[in-house]
Amino acid sequence: MKKKIVMVGNGMAGVSCIEQMLKLAPNRYEITIFGSEPHPNYNRILLSSVLAGDADMKDIVINDWSWYEENHITLYTGHTVNKIDTERKLVRTDGGVSVPYDELIIATGSLPFMLPLPGADKEGVIAFRDIKDCETMIEAAKKYKKAVVIGGGLLGLEAARGLLNLNMEVSVVHINEYLMNLQLDRTASLLLQQELERQGMKFLLKKNSESILGKKRVTGLRFTDGSEIETDLVVMAVGIRPNIALAKSSGIEINRGIVVNDLLETNVPNIYSVGECAEHRGVAYGLVAPLYEQGGVLAKRLAGIETAGYQGSVVSTKLKVSGVDVFSAGEYADKPDTRAVRVQDDFEGIYKKVVIRDGKVIGAVLFGDISDGSRLFAMIRNGEDVTGKEKTVLLGEGGGKAKSGLDLVASMSDDEIVCGCNGVSKGAIVQAVQEKGCSSINEIKACTKASASCGGCKPLVADVLTYVLGADGVKTVKEGICGCTTLGRDEVVEAIRGMRLTTSKEVMNVLEWSNTEGCSKCRPALNYYLAMVWPEEHEDERESRFVNERNHANIQKDGTYSVVPRMYGGVTTPKDLKKIAEIAEKYEVPLVKVTGGQRIDLLGVKKEDLPGMWADLDMPSGYAYGKTLRTVKTCVGSTFCRFGTQDAIGMGIQLEKKFERLGTPAKVKMAVSGCPRNCAEATIKDFGVVAIDGGWELHVGGNGGTKLRGTDLLCKVKTEEEVLEWSGAYLQYYRETGKYNERTAEWVERVGLDTIKVALESKEDRTALIERIEKALDLMKDPWKEIIEQQELRKTFVPMEEQSAESILK
Amino acid sequence: MKRIHVGNISEIAEKRSRVVRIGALEIAVFKFSGGTVRAIENRCPHKAGKLSEGIVCDHHVFCPLHDWKINLHDGVVQAPDEGCVTAFQVEVDESGDMYLHIEEESIRAS
Ligand SMILES: Cc1cc2nc3c(=O)[nH]c(=O)nc-3n(C[C@H](O)[C@H](O)[C@H](O)COP(=O)(O)OP(=O)(O)OC[C@H]3O[C@@H](n4cnc5c(N)ncnc54)[C@H](O)[C@@H]3O)c2cc1C
Ligand code: SF4
Ligand code: FES
Repeated sequence: MKKKIVMVGNGMAGVSCIEQMLKLAPNRYEITIFGSEPHPNYNRILLSSVLAGDADMKDIVINDWSWYEENHITLYTGHTVNKIDTERKLVRTDGGVSVPYDELIIATGSLPFMLPLPGADKEGVIAFRDIKDCETMIEAAKKYKKAVVIGGGLLGLEAARGLLNLNMEVSVVHINEYLMNLQLDRTASLLLQQELERQGMKFLLKKNSESILGKKRVTGLRFTDGSEIETDLVVMAVGIRPNIALAKSSGIEINRGIVVNDLLETNVPNIYSVGECAEHRGVAYGLVAPLYEQGGVLAKRLAGIETAGYQGSVVSTKLKVSGVDVFSAGEYADKPDTRAVRVQDDFEGIYKKVVIRDGKVIGAVLFGDISDGSRLFAMIRNGEDVTGKEKTVLLGEGGGKAKSGLDLVASMSDDEIVCGCNGVSKGAIVQAVQEKGCSSINEIKACTKASASCGGCKPLVADVLTYVLGADGVKTVKEGICGCTTLGRDEVVEAIRGMRLTTSKEVMNVLEWSNTEGCSKCRPALNYYLAMVWPEEHEDERESRFVNERNHANIQKDGTYSVVPRMYGGVTTPKDLKKIAEIAEKYEVPLVKVTGGQRIDLLGVKKEDLPGMWADLDMPSGYAYGKTLRTVKTCVGSTFCRFGTQDAIGMGIQLEKKFERLGTPAKVKMAVSGCPRNCAEATIKDFGVVAIDGGWELHVGGNGGTKLRGTDLLCKVKTEEEVLEWSGAYLQYYRETGKYNERTAEWVERVGLDTIKVALESKEDRTALIERIEKALDLMKDPWKEIIEQQELRKTFVPMEEQSAESILK
Repeated sequence: MKRIHVGNISEIAEKRSRVVRIGALEIAVFKFSGGTVRAIENRCPHKAGKLSEGIVCDHHVFCPLHDWKINLHDGVVQAPDEGCVTAFQVEVDESGDMYLHIEEESIRAS
């Protein structure tokens, strides 16, 4: 008969131990797990991301129900174990279930520490620990405005950031003068505070809470200095306590946590403990990396494999708040026997400090740029002697110049840890690539668990992948344009040209797509490539277009659309404005808004009203929905502005008229400013034109979207004709070499500015490019007009059939 | 069960769909390449995206809002997402006229 393992606690540490044990000894035990929470095992760390809106609850499940089934694990959720009978080797739950064990693991985690303030039992006072707390906050944000987070540590700040994202006004109360005082030094802490204040967080530092105000629900918080703050929600994030009640009542030795030895054994035979509830050599850890290490040791112990035992861990922390990069590890505080190398750059908002004792790196704090984090952490763990090259440790070989990710990976030794949470080394990842054929982050994640927890190491994992797979260390990973093929963009376009393929169907057939009709990723991409290569022959495949481009309007979250008439250079007339206003009234448009590109957006239009509205407007489509030229933003330039040196409006209108409707790999935005004051913000556009005395500067590859990028200067020219010439050649080169969905900002970085400069350098090459773009432009028709005029197309905008419920039910 | 005439198969282009409204119930009728038709409720189980506007591949549609993939034969959401959309039976006669079969309760409930 198989031996029975029972585990109390269905959390991160315990289940990780079981996972590792199953790998070592798949059939040795019959396993039963009890968990108080009603969910299968989930990634608690990512609750912060759920709260911040970056992940869904379902994204954070680590092992779903079927995993337990497949591994023949009996799982009792919603059951709290309240009795361990160590004599008869039985556990019993509050639900009346009783199960015998041969080996018992206690992995009950910890409990959030709740300040014993008067009023702490009021509605709206919670901790931040589990899914329920997360849901409570999300619900509260729908009804209430103000939130206070008590505790300016890691957890408190992550909670505060999440609440900000939920549109609450958030104040963080902290007893210390500095935020994250347990992980950061004063300088880093101040930098952090400034950044968070910029994001809208308010701070009440050096404040001691006295009582929580309100009748049934909290209405405010009073401090010991007599001051008060109003609030509708209080989140306490002041620390955690190992959850040891069960162990204590069962006669197991406890101190702060459940006392375990290097093999994670308690003082009672056959009972072990891992995770936040356990205390090893006087330390109870509160981060997953050490807990997973403990799990690994216990897994070996249970599988009967020799192990050196758990030796304790050096920990590192990272704040998971968007826009703030903070890292700290080891001993970071200055002491009489330590020396430190520091770099502080107030312009870039960067602070780095490496603490050294007896020639060894013992701690580090990084703010603003944490790319050195894993390298330094590895040094701390290895206790590397850096005598004589202390500065190089921080500044790198290049003496201050940041190393690229690939250089960094190349210089890492095989046993350096890449994923701190799961303890995955560079060597393990390299092995997974070479021996198991992993070629994407997801495969690495499935295979080694690297990047599966907090996700902070993803960029580094990607660098390792690129480093191994790229033959000469530079080539990037080869990935197909979608899951239907292993061919990349260039191979597909090459085949379209070389084999004269003119329909998506042909491409998929000839190139042996794994899904016969493709997917939502490749179909629009193929449609674009075909039109780019064969502007004349290719017939647009409406069924392969994304809804916005098919309906020539942006779909909104409620299924309505928005209508944006073309307004060249952002200039309109009173007459057009009147017309737009009248039509907005006629169709009861619920929201009229000016867009970021200086156009008028009529939002909330029903699909069936679109053709009618377009007909009434009788204006060209503004293409606010397509992978095409969107707008050319302009400033007033010399027309009115006292600084303007050139006619920015005129130039903008010319550009917009020239390139409207042109299909491009991704949307393209342009702007023209009349002088270097750059009021049209041309240097964050795909193509920006800035007037200078006697000429124009042409800027490329800017983006103001998700990833902010300033432009690179392409060249300077003298005349308006030259602006048109260069912009046309540039756009066509992008059309011909860009990947579908790749904005110019990414494209410029991928192909390199110099390559682009060379491609456009000679007059001859520019002319050839322009001839090709002209061909494409010649074929463009206004889509609104086309639909208004063609009954067949117009029909698809109204329901095929509409019947009332009564008429059918009678 | 009601049998409701909802137009002719020729009114839908291949790999596209058309909307049918029965009271407050909105149904998307899809035509695959090859001519098979299928009908499902026009509401993604995720955030209520209009599935009629999605890209149709084989017998699947990709929701236009967040790209969930749904099997049009049975309305089942494909992994890694989960859920299900109500599917309705469509019948096509020799002249191409299409009929939807709908429980009276679903019309009343909508
Ligand atoms: C919002 C948040 C963000 C975090 N961010 C990070 C981070 O970025 N990096 C990091 O390393 N760590 C982070 N942590 C900490 C990390 O989540 C914990 O260290 C880890 O989850 C501890 O694992 P555990 O298994 O010991 O406890 P848990 O994951 O808490 O699991 C214990 C489980 O046991 C159950 N249980 C308790 N008693 C009983 C009983 N008597 N019977 C049955 N079941 C019981 C509990 O309900 C719980 O589900 C974060 C924590 C939170 C809350
Ligand atoms: S960019 Fe120069 S010309 Fe244009 S509005 Fe600003 S100051 Fe005036
Ligand atoms: S609403 Fe359909 S995928 Fe989100």
